[in-house]
Amino acid sequence: MAHARSPGLPDILRDAGLYALVAFALCVPVVSYRTEAGPAGLELLPRWPLVGLLCAGIFVLRLAQRLVLARRDARRALSPAPSQATEAVHAEPAAGQKVSGFALWAFLGLALTLPVIATLASGGLGPARYWIDLGILILTYVMLGWGLNIVVGLAGLLDLGYVAFYAVGAYTYALLSTTFGLSFWVCLPLAGLFAGLWGMVLGFPVLRLRGDYLAIVTLAFGEIIRLVLINWTDVTGGAAGISSIPRASFFGIPFTADEDGFAARFGLSFDSMHRVVFLYYLILALALLTNLVTLRLRRLPIGRAWEALREDEIACRSLGIDTTATKLTAFALGAAFGGFAGSFFAVRQGFISPESFNFLESAIILAIVVLGGMGSQIGVAIAAVAMVGGPELLRNLGFLSAVFGEGFDPNEYRLLLFGLAMVTMMVWRPRGLISERQPSVSLGRARGISGAHVSEGHG
Amino acid sequence: MEVFLQQLINGLTLGSIYGLIAIGYTMVFGIIGMVNFAHGDVFMVSSFIALIVFLILTAWLGISSIALALLIVLVVAMILTGLWGWAIERVAYRPLRGSFRLAPLISAIGVSIFLSNFVQVAQGARNKSTPPLLSGGITLMESESYTVFLSYKQCLIMAVTAVLLTGFWYLVQRTPFGRAQRACEQDRKMAALLGIDVDRTISLTFVLGAALAAVAGVLYLLYYGTVSFSDGFVPGVKAFTAAVLGGIGSLPGAVLGGLIIGLIEVFWSAYFSIEYKDVAAFSILAIVLIFMPSGILGRAEVEKV
Repeated sequence: MAHARSPGLPDILRDAGLYALVAFALCVPVVSYRTEAGPAGLELLPRWPLVGLLCAGIFVLRLAQRLVLARRDARRALSPAPSQATEAVHAEPAAGQKVSGFALWAFLGLALTLPVIATLASGGLGPARYWIDLGILILTYVMLGWGLNIVVGLAGLLDLGYVAFYAVGAYTYALLSTTFGLSFWVCLPLAGLFAGLWGMVLGFPVLRLRGDYLAIVTLAFGEIIRLVLINWTDVTGGAAGISSIPRASFFGIPFTADEDGFAARFGLSFDSMHRVVFLYYLILALALLTNLVTLRLRRLPIGRAWEALREDEIACRSLGIDTTATKLTAFALGAAFGGFAGSFFAVRQGFISPESFNFLESAIILAIVVLGGMGSQIGVAIAAVAMVGGPELLRNLGFLSAVFGEGFDPNEYRLLLFGLAMVTMMVWRPRGLISERQPSVSLGRARGISGAHVSEGHG
Repeated sequence: MEVFLQQLINGLTLGSIYGLIAIGYTMVFGIIGMVNFAHGDVFMVSSFIALIVFLILTAWLGISSIALALLIVLVVAMILTGLWGWAIERVAYRPLRGSFRLAPLISAIGVSIFLSNFVQVAQGARNKSTPPLLSGGITLMESESYTVFLSYKQCLIMAVTAVLLTGFWYLVQRTPFGRAQRACEQDRKMAALLGIDVDRTISLTFVLGAALAAVAGVLYLLYYGTVSFSDGFVPGVKAFTAAVLGGIGSLPGAVLGGLIIGLIEVFWSAYFSIEYKDVAAFSILAIVLIFMPSGILGRAEVEKV
């Protein structure tokens, strides 16, 4: 690192200026003029102050980045540690790579008691609805993230069509319950089974492809399933979707106000929130089940085979691991959890349409897995909370609309930030936020390995 | 017969546009072996650049000659989109060389999401339409029930594609840059040892791919007269299908693949069902990747350890 002349301030300023200039050129037509439909065709609204602001922002960001980097390089040049021989030691900052056991339990405790906390804090079950709904939304993504983590994080197969299995699960429940009147508790395992079967059927022909081809083919399958759902109107209801899907019951006891209802049976006064709280614990249980299965499987030979496959496929094959079967189990298992989450989605919404299962949804789930650190369970959970809950919370902060003007909706920028975060993460810390690897077999004391030390094979 | 001829013309026009986009995929894949997932969105951005520049030229500067306006739009869109291509490579892909194998693809997906939502935030989610720019055409064949019509737009699209492809082919086959580009494609390390600036060559490849996508974007706007922020995804996937079908890494293959995909799409819509035309395109993608991953004109890939 100490080889190059450390750049002086003028160099850094020039570099930042160049960035701002390029940003300006990129913004010229697309940002500086907004096209609006007027009475005589499209009209252009100039927005030069916004361009100026953007360029200034880029200038400051680049300046800060360069200054921080220059400082780090200077410090490193001053103290030539033996670690300089092995560059990888400093390739990633150590902070945040490990989450302590205490934090894990605190996280779990918070998840378990969220409805209670929300009720106490907002004074009543009714006002707490917003928080519990948000919790359900986040947990759905946590579960999807954990399901996809089996495929992407453990087995190293990039699946861009994961949402297809989510859709299969949702439609399985919706169709079975509206046409045959089957209850949610019968449909839930069926949905997982069907989605897993679909995973096998779709997975079988594609799993011998190389990594990026596999990704594109899964993307194609995801889109095909969505297009079929839109166009096969007789069965799926087409773009209008399926509505009035039966609600979940408390293991057979419906959440209604009458005699046989949940409230009457348990001697409570009726409250429509009972169902929401129940849904919250249902998705929490499903998510934890996913987590438990993953954690246990990682210690079995199949789980180790997944991780070996991720690290180096050719080495795996030469050690006699049946790569197709190994990949197929990961694919089918991930799909099955996607199916569980899908049927939960259907029972919670009461309405589904193909619009909920587009490619963007797959990309969001993938972003959560990537940001969390592929293979790290807690990382995925943290990423889901940050990425799904973050914009929701920002929306409620009053001062933001004072700064950015009325009608500012952070949700509009959510996907923009997702995209940026994915790129930043790949550049800055490709192993994700929580990138520690826990070896499953070790001599003596098990020690975590920083993601920086583990290079990935090419296969 | 008349219907067939008309669909043939429509298919070739659409195929030209796909072919232009497919070249960007195939060149980038050839040189650094990554699927530039964001390429379809670069194409969409170029369409927006073209739309806005066209509005500036006609509404504010009062240029009345459509031909002159189109030429300026084409040049400006190519330059600005080329700059987008350069910036994307510099920021999102270059730092990832030597990272783990899925990193560039994930980064490209991030860029793709960023670009489409950037345009959505900047320009709004509605479809933007232009008035029809070039109307009229030539009637090729006339029977009592059906008229085969070749519009000037379609002529222009096919002509521009043919001219640009010839120029591009010359660039890759006969110039020093083309030689450097082909050398990097074969063996990057060796090319670097022989004094080729590999980074610069890769950058230029991205710029050229983006510029050709910009041509496709202008032609797309001209042909359909409407564009929205989400228009990059499906043409992008279809163009990638074209690149794979033709044999990824092969330039003539990309154009051939584009034409085939365009023809299949148009004939499928005409003779089977228009609802399932995208299903047809995605199915071809899956089938080709599974059963014929080296495509029509491509070389079979050898896995080296």
